[in-house]
Amino acid sequence: MTAPTVVSGTDADAGAGDGILAQARRQVLESGLGLTQAQILAVLQLPDEALTDLLQLAHDVRMRWCGPEVEVEGIVSLKTGGCPEDCHFCSQSGTFDSPVRAAWLDIPSLVEAARATAATGATEFCIVAAVRGPDERLMEQVRQGVAAIRAAVEINIACSLGMLTQAQVDELAAMGVHRYNHNLETARSHFTNVVTTHSWEERFETCEMVRAAGMELCCGAIVGVGETVEQRAELAGELAALDPDEVPLNFLNPRPGTPFGDYPVVGARDALRTIAAFRLAMPRTILRYAGGREITLGDLDTAGLLGGINAVMVGNYLTTLGRPVSDDLTMLADLKMPIKSLQATL
Amino acid sequence: MSIRVEPAGAAADGGPSDGRPAETLFCDRCGAEAGHGDHSACTVARRLEPPRYCGSCARRLVVQVTPTGWTATCSRHGTLAN
Repeated sequence: MTAPTVVSGTDADAGAGDGILAQARRQVLESGLGLTQAQILAVLQLPDEALTDLLQLAHDVRMRWCGPEVEVEGIVSLKTGGCPEDCHFCSQSGTFDSPVRAAWLDIPSLVEAARATAATGATEFCIVAAVRGPDERLMEQVRQGVAAIRAAVEINIACSLGMLTQAQVDELAAMGVHRYNHNLETARSHFTNVVTTHSWEERFETCEMVRAAGMELCCGAIVGVGETVEQRAELAGELAALDPDEVPLNFLNPRPGTPFGDYPVVGARDALRTIAAFRLAMPRTILRYAGGREITLGDLDTAGLLGGINAVMVGNYLTTLGRPVSDDLTMLADLKMPIKSLQATL
Repeated sequence: MSIRVEPAGAAADGGPSDGRPAETLFCDRCGAEAGHGDHSACTVARRLEPPRYCGSCARRLVVQVTPTGWTATCSRHGTLAN
């Protein structure tokens, strides 16, 4: 396993105030080179007064290097709850006193969920399981589910099934899984404060195997899990070094019964600064609004789409509910941002 | 809005037999008695969450969330769906 090389940069790289924005304009907008970790930190430390300019720059970068299209995705939980891992933000861990009970989705319901997702115009449908990694029972359910969806619905299928063996990576790729999600979650230096049942390096290893097998890599994070601003910059740098095809950005939605159940919600300005910083770190990636945007940004979620985001998760999440799909589609139409077509993703 | 789609066992504990939920005694988000304490935060949170506890008996519900809806099943009082 080779850990990613993070370009740390120096204080001189980072600049300050207008300096970092001017640097980012030259380096990222004009040349397409993502910011270094030190530069990302400088962006995250910009004052609120600079936020409008920062978001405009992040939007310009997105438009220049990704274009106006927005990738739409839906997700569903194939296996809910009862997870042996202790990710402190997650209500599906069986190690906490969470109200979420274990449940399995049957194949007809899975296909119906994929059909409902495709009907929104989405091109991605992600099958998720709350597990450390798939056992044979889950792999069999995935085999049947992927085959049934492919036979009935025109949509790209992604999976998120935890840590994989090489044989499982190869099998998922062979069955036509187009993209695999496995988040780094948080900065390497903060990881043991968030998860103790597996390591950051184990997560990274699965990400490497996924990419080597030819699947697209979806690797993101959750913001607001007690990380410092320096660690948030570290996380962005680590993700940039990994260079995933997609980065889903979650904001902590504190769940009852979890160790982070009483953590504060990330403020809207901080969330927007983070979105812009991640865009400037990864100018070409698919940067997706994932969980938590409703409570973090409320009606300001348009600002994220005008500040670096170019993909959205529509409909409900795994254990919580999202905005009505029609609201999100109306928002994209109002912003004159076309939904990426299936043809464009093949 | 949620509807009761399967009035399983509704009559078993003396609740109504026409599929309507029995009297809501417990908060469906936190499981505590609905008539005691302040549940305003639960009410706000429930706009973006399915129910987690049965309002009739406070049992934890088996909840399945899908992209466009959810079901929540109490082993005694049946299934709610949205």
